[in-house]
Amino acid sequence: MRHAIGLKIGPVAFRVGSDWAAPIAALQSLYRDYPAPVGVPDYTVRLEAERPWRRWVRPSVAVRGDYILPEALPLDLAHGVLAAEIGMNLQLALGERRWLLLHASSVERDGRALIMSGESGSGKSTLAAVLATRGWRLMGDEFALIDLATGAARAFPRATSLKNAAIDEMLRHAPEARFGAELTGTPKGRLRHLRPDATAIARMDEPAMPALILFPQYGGAEAAEGMGSAEAFVRLTQASTNYGPLGRAGYDTLTRLVTTVPTVAVDYPDTATAVALVEQLWDAL
Amino acid sequence: MSRAADDLTEVLAVPGRAVGFDDARWTAMLCAALAERLAGTLAERLAGVALPDTVATWCDNALVQAAQERRSALWEAEMARRALAALGVPVVLLKGTAYAAGGLSAGLGRSIGDLDILVPRDALDAVEAALLAAGWEWVKPDPYDDAYYRRWMHELPPLIHTSRDRMIDVHHTILPLTARPTPDAALMLADSIVLPDGLRMLCAHDRIVHAAAHLFADGDLAGGLRNLWDIHCLIGESGTDGLAARAAMHGLEPAVARAGRLAHALYGTVVPEGWQRLTVVDRLFRRRMLAVDGWGRDVRRGTRLAFYVRSHWLRMPPAMLARHLWTKWRR
Repeated sequence: MRHAIGLKIGPVAFRVGSDWAAPIAALQSLYRDYPAPVGVPDYTVRLEAERPWRRWVRPSVAVRGDYILPEALPLDLAHGVLAAEIGMNLQLALGERRWLLLHASSVERDGRALIMSGESGSGKSTLAAVLATRGWRLMGDEFALIDLATGAARAFPRATSLKNAAIDEMLRHAPEARFGAELTGTPKGRLRHLRPDATAIARMDEPAMPALILFPQYGGAEAAEGMGSAEAFVRLTQASTNYGPLGRAGYDTLTRLVTTVPTVAVDYPDTATAVALVEQLWDAL
Repeated sequence: MSRAADDLTEVLAVPGRAVGFDDARWTAMLCAALAERLAGTLAERLAGVALPDTVATWCDNALVQAAQERRSALWEAEMARRALAALGVPVVLLKGTAYAAGGLSAGLGRSIGDLDILVPRDALDAVEAALLAAGWEWVKPDPYDDAYYRRWMHELPPLIHTSRDRMIDVHHTILPLTARPTPDAALMLADSIVLPDGLRMLCAHDRIVHAAAHLFADGDLAGGLRNLWDIHCLIGESGTDGLAARAAMHGLEPAVARAGRLAHALYGTVVPEGWQRLTVVDRLFRRRMLAVDGWGRDVRRGTRLAFYVRSHWLRMPPAMLARHLWTKWRR
């Protein structure tokens, strides 16, 4: 394609092509500190004009690639970097069979991983980003990749995608220089990317064994309640994009995860409370 | 013009040709293979070839995907078998599921989508009722489409299973009734081969005839490289002795000859001497089949459009086509 970039995020290499220069330039800037990929990429993402003339007239970005969701809506060209992010997530969600994919953020301390699963809006991305400013290593804000053979979590530390109030929250914890440009009026509202810190990038190939699984939920009064392995299993099948296609391997991996790692549902009114609660639970392990 | 599609066909035919590809050339070919739904097939073909690490990783992923598609396809066939067992009618698996169930080389690594079965036309009502009772439902409950399917098509309107979300196409012959050739579906059923579980597949020659009919006498050649690879494998396993005569019985000798010529040209299939040279029209088909680039994009828009128009032309006489397009256009 006319404009292209190779990106390596954790163990996954992408090739992103675009009909326009701007989305590639934005990716270049967001991922400037990442090592360049070598060899053949795992996935191709294409950001292309929906119809040939839409390259110039009311430009609109269709997200396509090796794997395509026919119902995915095109985005405004100004949101091209979001289109790229959606494209990369989609390839992994639909195509990946090397790991069990959990829609979760994850952080690491002392060689062990904390996995936080939840819907969009649960606060899992913000929580991971804040913990990463307090001595934890950010492993990822979107997918935890669970190794089918060992059960270890692999990092996928793409730029953290912060929405609305989370942007202001993170500006209190991280320097302005780590932020990408602000996108307004996206389907998810106001959006800004946060570059992972140098440690997250330098150590992105290091796996970590999961030690604690949390289901954070923003908005309620402070509460922490242990979750049985059966409920954790069911909730994580719903949070996985490839549990079904992996068949037996997915079942075995998820069963091992929920029967060996304690799981806690956490309600919290604000980020400071959540951080204190998480660290308290972690120290009690 | 990208050479990704040419590389893909050449490496499928002779995998060793990929040795020495640089990263860019590998990347383009693998991407084209995914776009043509040939990723698992290519990965199977590359087994035993010395591969760069990242290519080997890509192949492993493709093989796991193919194994899963095979497992789901065979399970879906078993579900249909159970739903239809009590009727006592022959149920013939077609296309990908048949290749997988029959242990044929065309099934190796093949991506398999919908379940396609062939049943006797006079059993159609009973089959439909049994499937509806077993949890399948209509995909598009539109009166015009429904009536069109039932009057003119070679299959029931597509059904989808409520809980498994998988489609089944129930055929009573292999081409639309509006197409000019009229294959002998009763003969295909009579000569079909029973598999260990009681399901059936077409006999070797009819498998080739059906694949060729599907590719050249119906449809717009989307996925053509994959379907032609099926034909390459099917001919490789059963040869061409008596094939032309069998095709003639179904009125499909021209389609089968074209399949043989193109399979020979693109994949080096062993065919009789008369099928070893492409005609001028064959070259257009080849041009259409290779219309994918190293980013997995559809290219050659004009050629694609021409084949799309042709697919409608093949299916319907002009007056009927005009009526059909008018009805569709108004909605």
